[in-house]
Amino acid sequence: MDKLVAQYSRPSHQNESYSEQEQQDLTESLPPLSLKFALPPVANPSAFLRAMTDDHSNPSCPIKLAHGTTTLAFRFQGGIIVCTDSRATAGNWIASQTVKKVIPVSRLSRGEDKPTNDPTPGLLGTMAGGAADCQYWLRYLSQQCTLHEIRHKRRITVAAASKILANLTYSYKGYGLSMGTMLAGVTPQEGPALYYIDSDGTRLPGNLFCVGSGQTFAYGVLDANYRYDLTEQEALALGRRAILAAMHRDAYSGGFINLYHVKEEGWVHHGFDDMNPIFWKTKLESGEFSNVTSEL
Amino acid sequence: MGSPFDINGGACVAMVGKDCVAIACDLRLGMQALTISNNFPKIFNYAPSTYLGLTGLATDVNTVSDLFRYKVNMYRLREERHISPSDPGQPGQLIVPFICGFDSIGCIDFAKDFIVSGTASDQLFGTCEGLWEPDLGPEDLFETISQALLSAVDRDALSGWGAQVYIIEKDKVTQRLLKGRQD
Repeated sequence: MDKLVAQYSRPSHQNESYSEQEQQDLTESLPPLSLKFALPPVANPSAFLRAMTDDHSNPSCPIKLAHGTTTLAFRFQGGIIVCTDSRATAGNWIASQTVKKVIPVSRLSRGEDKPTNDPTPGLLGTMAGGAADCQYWLRYLSQQCTLHEIRHKRRITVAAASKILANLTYSYKGYGLSMGTMLAGVTPQEGPALYYIDSDGTRLPGNLFCVGSGQTFAYGVLDANYRYDLTEQEALALGRRAILAAMHRDAYSGGFINLYHVKEEGWVHHGFDDMNPIFWKTKLESGEFSNVTSEL
Repeated sequence: MGSPFDINGGACVAMVGKDCVAIACDLRLGMQALTISNNFPKIFNYAPSTYLGLTGLATDVNTVSDLFRYKVNMYRLREERHISPSDPGQPGQLIVPFICGFDSIGCIDFAKDFIVSGTASDQLFGTCEGLWEPDLGPEDLFETISQALLSAVDRDALSGWGAQVYIIEKDKVTQRLLKGRQD
């Protein structure tokens, strides 16, 4: 009987404790080696970096950072929709039209673990701002989430994961990090949870966020049509439509529409689709985008 | 504020073919990242077979095209004939394909193959070098200039959103609208 009960009930983590030595190792261990960055040998590294990279005040600055994006995420009755464009620009040059700006966070949610169509457990992070910063720090967050999972024998909450990232970005405040990210996930403790974290150290929970150079256009569509009790199909269509509007009006957004749905069992990918056929279909079938000429 | 050349965006290209020339432009008018209009042609007509493509700051495109129209009209009234693109001083010249380009301070480039300008000019140089060949007929030249322009503007954030093409032959001019990517 005890065996049966043990098989079908959750272990009580609260009562499990680590030895004194283990606890000390966990809390007082040094941060990983990769986190020690060499800084330029100048008096004020952050001012130096800004002078080298800020092409708004100095168009001929030697380091051009990749910017320009539209990403959105919103909570609704059926979970969370996460949708992004796929363009990477360096100045006016379109460096790529096929960037994956939705990054799965935590070990279990990596693709190679589960090559099926089933929902993949774990969190989703979005990428806006410096591509390198987002990729690197979301990977770092993924590492921390996996460690959390191993230490505590359960998945990290979105609140805790977002705080790891926010504390990190805050500790590097002024050193030129550039990222605006949203973390989305559904956990037993929180239900569907959505957080916005940026390189200033801001961390905000919320129902609806748009981040990037095309955020205003996406907010326009989203605010006009958003309701909490949207059906799954309506919510997916709204996410796609908001990104489409931003891709059309914002020069630095475009390419492919990357759509995800986060629900209780995990996240599901709903396609990485070229915006162009979707745009013309939207225009012709529902008469939207009447500003675009189709005749001489 | 960035360079005046890349505030509004836009691209233009001209090509020489066999007994024909082609000129094409995109349709975008922007204010930095924001696309204001997708119906802003940058090619202007001054005589039956004389066309001018202007890129750069939109206010200057308007000013120059209007001033040029005034000067061409005055020329036509004075000389009692249409202006020609190559040599305005010689009446009764041979009808030959002719294109040329200018930088913003007036240096003329008499090219025998193609002329590019605008925010996508680097990309246009690449696509034109790759696609253009001598003695293309009107239909082939249309295909070449269209593919060159569309491919180029797809790699430039500030131009695109559709395109216009003019194929100029001895006795006729064909104007076409290209359905480009809308991002």
